[in-house]
Amino acid sequence: MTPSRRALLGGGFGLASILIVRPAAATPEGMEAAIRQFAGGSPITRGRVTLDMPVLVENGNSVPLVVSVDSPMTEADHVTTIALFNQRNPLPEIALFQLGPRAGKAWVSTRIRLGDSQTIVAVARMKDGTLWSTSAELIVTLPACIES
Amino acid sequence: MSARRLLTAGIAAALALGLAAVLAETIPLAERRSGFDFMSRETQAMQRDDMSNPGMLSVLEGAELWRTRIGKAGKSCADCHGDAAVTMAGVAARYPGFDAAQATAIDLAGRIEQCRTTRQDAPPLAREGRDALALAAFVAHQSRGMPITAGDDPRLAATLDTGRALYGRRIGQLNLSCANCHDDNWGQKLGSAPIPQAHPTGYPIYRLEWQSLGSLQRRMRNCMIGVRAESYAYGAPEFTALELFLMSRAGGMSMETPGVRP
Amino acid sequence: MARALINLPATAKRGDIIEIRTLVQHPMETGFRPLPNGSLVPRHIINRFECIYDGATIFAAELHPAIAANPFIAFKTIATRSGELLFRWTEDTGEVREERATITVT
Repeated sequence: MTPSRRALLGGGFGLASILIVRPAAATPEGMEAAIRQFAGGSPITRGRVTLDMPVLVENGNSVPLVVSVDSPMTEADHVTTIALFNQRNPLPEIALFQLGPRAGKAWVSTRIRLGDSQTIVAVARMKDGTLWSTSAELIVTLPACIES
Repeated sequence: MSARRLLTAGIAAALALGLAAVLAETIPLAERRSGFDFMSRETQAMQRDDMSNPGMLSVLEGAELWRTRIGKAGKSCADCHGDAAVTMAGVAARYPGFDAAQATAIDLAGRIEQCRTTRQDAPPLAREGRDALALAAFVAHQSRGMPITAGDDPRLAATLDTGRALYGRRIGQLNLSCANCHDDNWGQKLGSAPIPQAHPTGYPIYRLEWQSLGSLQRRMRNCMIGVRAESYAYGAPEFTALELFLMSRAGGMSMETPGVRP
Repeated sequence: MARALINLPATAKRGDIIEIRTLVQHPMETGFRPLPNGSLVPRHIINRFECIYDGATIFAAELHPAIAANPFIAFKTIATRSGELLFRWTEDTGEVREERATITVT
């Protein structure tokens, strides 16, 4: 298991006192498996989805995320689901959003937790069953002076 | 020790304290910057938007507690203090204050507690408990946008001196004082995080690291633990003295409660 | 569950796409947090959120522990008719919290 940043920075300002008991973390393979399960055998094409997140994350406890999909959101052509996945948190799933033509725009904003620097993947399923995706790479930094 | 040595030691100590005093107040008003300015754009946006700021949920809670009748007296805060937007405006900005009854400095949480126990005849709230923080957040929120005026009361002069001395005193296994980071090295990075100037403009804050609301005392505990010192207990007079000094040092800056901080 | 804040325009024109922002107080306890004695704080999260407006669920979300504490969720919908919007948060314990807001559509 890749050591987390918290463990690596152990020599510094009070950080040596932290013992983080980490459960088995999700891995890139675990994330791929979760994405494959969501995809249900259909191919995924990169494109049409946008993930708006800060590259440098100030605190992994609360990371703003905006996901949007280029879609007319008509009855005939709209996003039905957007699924978010991560690589290194204990679980690969983050959330699943269910939309429809009444959304007007395929756009969701939320805040997520990131336990470590990692890749986030967003996959959108369209009414016609096609799947589209994008990914974002994030660096999670640490605050100083925390609770022991 | 001879009298002469004692005198020399006394002068040296006074000089050291005096020097610490000079060093501890060296951020001129024009250069005072809130912790807000050292945060990422995203965290700033979280604080700015009342719909996005989790601290506002606590302010809402506090507003309801303000109206709730409790205790043997069956009174709410509102029964005596009416509309908080009017009666509490500017109050948090001038705390810690002087409690005439006990002839000592008192912080806002202490004052709220005093009202509860003596005037509402209700059991005390745990410091750092959810209700205490929600009430403090609600009251302090009524001073949002107003300038900090704490520290001017002449009856608090001795407490201010104590706070100043504590601020300049090296502590812990890392042997660092508040001044070492927040006066001498603000703006630099500690690990990957920028060091702010330590102005208590937004308390109680929603700290992302805590994933909840917390007081200045909790934040100072984090610092003391950070330098591997034994922290003062919640409600300790040292904390009140430190808060008085920090508020005085932040004089003229705007209150932001509820602040969001990483 | 405790407080919730909901923000949406009070009025809109029929066909406008409006933004709805919600913030609910909840620790979203992941189930992975260790106690000093080594055991884990049990999981306790909101695992479903939905918004019902003008006769249909116009937005829903399945949430996992990776959603930050005090969940903030914002989404868009078309203003179709004046009336009530129902917001529902469901915890993994089964407990449900609901909030309502109204919109006037002209």
